Amino acid sequence: MTDQKPALRLEGIVKTFPGVRALDGVSFAVQPGEVHALMGENGAGKSTLMKVLGGIYQPEEGRIFIDERETVMRGPLEAKANGVMFIHQELSLAEEISVAENIYLGELPRKSFGRVDWDTLYSRTDAILEKLKVSFNARTRVGDLSIANQQMVEIARALTVDARAVIFDEPTASLTDAEKSVLFDVIADLKAQGVGIIYISHRMEEIFRITDRISVLRDGAYRGTLETAKTDEDEITRMMIGRSLDLTRRQAPATPGPVALRVEGLSCGDLFQDAHFEVREGEVLGFYGLVGAGRTEIAETLFGLRKPTSGRIFLKGEEVTITSPIDAIARGISLVPESRKEQGLVLGMNCRDNITLPQVGDLTAGPFVSDGAEISIYDQYRDRLQIKSPSWRTTVGNLSGGNQQKIVIGKWLSMRPEVLIVDEPTRGIDVGSKSEIHNLLRELAKQGYAVIVISSEMPEVLHVSDRIVAMYHGRVMREFTAEEVTEDSLIQAISGIEGSAA
Amino acid sequence: MQNDTLKKLIKNGAIWGFILFQLVFFEVAGRWWSLSDSAFMDLDSMLLLLKQSAPIGIIAIGMTVVMINGNIDLSVGATYALAGIVMLDSMNWPFMEAMGDASIPLAWLFALFTGSLLGLINGVIVWKTGVDAFIVTLGAMLGYRGLVFMYNGENPTYHLNWTMVDFAEADILGLETPAIVFLAVVLVVWLVMTRTVHGRNAYAIGDNREAAVNAGIRVGPHMVWNFALIGFLAALSAVAFYSGSGSVNPNDGMLFELWAITAVVLGGTKLTGGRGSIIGTLGGVIAIQLLRRGLNHIGAQTETVNLVIGIILIAVLFLDRQLNRKGAEELKV
Repeated sequence: MTDQKPALRLEGIVKTFPGVRALDGVSFAVQPGEVHALMGENGAGKSTLMKVLGGIYQPEEGRIFIDERETVMRGPLEAKANGVMFIHQELSLAEEISVAENIYLGELPRKSFGRVDWDTLYSRTDAILEKLKVSFNARTRVGDLSIANQQMVEIARALTVDARAVIFDEPTASLTDAEKSVLFDVIADLKAQGVGIIYISHRMEEIFRITDRISVLRDGAYRGTLETAKTDEDEITRMMIGRSLDLTRRQAPATPGPVALRVEGLSCGDLFQDAHFEVREGEVLGFYGLVGAGRTEIAETLFGLRKPTSGRIFLKGEEVTITSPIDAIARGISLVPESRKEQGLVLGMNCRDNITLPQVGDLTAGPFVSDGAEISIYDQYRDRLQIKSPSWRTTVGNLSGGNQQKIVIGKWLSMRPEVLIVDEPTRGIDVGSKSEIHNLLRELAKQGYAVIVISSEMPEVLHVSDRIVAMYHGRVMREFTAEEVTEDSLIQAISGIEGSAA
Repeated sequence: MQNDTLKKLIKNGAIWGFILFQLVFFEVAGRWWSLSDSAFMDLDSMLLLLKQSAPIGIIAIGMTVVMINGNIDLSVGATYALAGIVMLDSMNWPFMEAMGDASIPLAWLFALFTGSLLGLINGVIVWKTGVDAFIVTLGAMLGYRGLVFMYNGENPTYHLNWTMVDFAEADILGLETPAIVFLAVVLVVWLVMTRTVHGRNAYAIGDNREAAVNAGIRVGPHMVWNFALIGFLAALSAVAFYSGSGSVNPNDGMLFELWAITAVVLGGTKLTGGRGSIIGTLGGVIAIQLLRRGLNHIGAQTETVNLVIGIILIAVLFLDRQLNRKGAEELKV
């Protein structure tokens, strides 16, 4: 592995989007027969980098080499032709047709007059499936397969070509342990064949089990490569999270007021069970955990989007039942959702109308909406949140991520909520706006709001929260105060290592 | 930003530019190529054009609202016929005949009630079942047309009341009743869509339903009102037309839904909802009618009209797509 020429090498890849430098000069190399982990937090640039490799995005600068031959990939087909294959986290299979057709989609073997050569198709496919030791055959309809088996189909697809590099993007997210070992065997096989493998995952134990080297991205920049055998979780985490001035730990805890919201034994089916916590006026309560730990689902339940199966919710000491967002809003609970474009904003509408959307019914003069009242609300929150938009008429879809998020926050602040829940406050937002939003959240707490922040980014949680609730598999594992929390204890709590339920 | 405003102007003004082009083209073609011996742009024929646009135009206004809301209604043609039948047939009922001319407003009310009710039924089904509006109203289109035939078989339904005919043909400044009703509907619905909470919410729901739900908008009931509105307008269209004609054929109103959708789309409303305008639809309605008259004016065969409109529809949507194409690489978060 040492002095071979790399199977895949990236040099100085730069990719920018309006307002965000998504990739800032990324370089690294994958040797043939190497499993190379690519790590980084959400938003660090991993998926953008993969899209560049897959030919979906064109980088502005930088070069890609395959077997030291410079290659330009203008589209997914070219990537495939150059031997770069992807196993996606999100499956991209046609469910109504057979496994074999999916695997050879676009290049079905043919006989005369364009007829499909089914015999060849099925025998070729079965040969590949045999290697994967799967329980289904070439003729199975993909829609009848489990998610894990569908993943195997994706993998089989990658094996049909003479791949030089195979990229696995969070492949084990939906696999059982048994299925994982099969996957790891497949990876070992590929490795033995001299294929370069990029393995993207957040799961440390897998990284240590199968990878040879680890490259880390942070904020779109390459932070270095480590030898897996010579490093530990701590070092990797440090590289991923890094230290920047605006993400220091909270120092002075606020002096919180009375309890605004208390939750007792709240459960919602399999999503989360028996959650207990409270948030006071004037404090930020952070929720930290892995994706799927049930944090967002708790927020959605509090906002009336999901129906709890048991448990009680108290607002200012009074028990309440919340069955819809209308209820939640009326009682002073607001939710800035996880995905602002899908759940938060009406992208085709202007800034003003987005901010006033929940209360426009109260801003009428006679039968008509009062322009003046709306504009004054917009002006007020534009100034307060420092929203940078050319005018209230600007379509929200044209603003940067940070300003869009401020519009959503402004929308809910203008409703004067008692409890403001913010799910992933800075996802997909550039670093500068990130710290502005962090400061804003702190400021809101200071003004007496009860704020709940849900985040997958540890520095963010540590930076903004007065107290932190750690969740794992639908359970509240532990609650920390800002003074006592350490990164290690937090990581342990959200990995389920420390099982003391709070 | 400059660029943005310009684009907006082109987009919103496109249909009016097209109308202007038609006016000039047909005038010039008629006069200088001696395809016609009369002027194209004379006032009387333009007023007549507005009257002829009214039946589909009134429905198209309702269709605009429903489409901005992210739905569609294919049952309007059948609703139109059924409302017409109810109106004319009710005037033959003994107690109505006994009322003399006083039965006219009552017959109108029956028709409007019928239309609103049919629309309401569509809306409630869409809301409560969650089945796509396309499918629900496709079923309603067949079902309501079935009711039309069940009512009177293949026979036309008629009732002639000269007071009613006089009313329908009355004019103010040359504008006959149907044209006035059309323009009034345009004005009222335009105000609703641009100035009221209901209009605002219609755009929000059509653009991003999930965000609308999260903002506490009652999405289901809102849609039901819009279906009721388009049902009402389909009936109003029938009232305006059949008051003058006095006879409904069971096949009347067929393809009205498609002409209405064509006008709405030409006027710049998005099929996927969230964007569109009442004024644009007015332009779309006029453009189609103008094209019919214009082709007729220069002596083209009537059969060519549909072909030309079809081509123009596709060309307009292609242009719209080009203008609206977002950056090929959009940041997905």
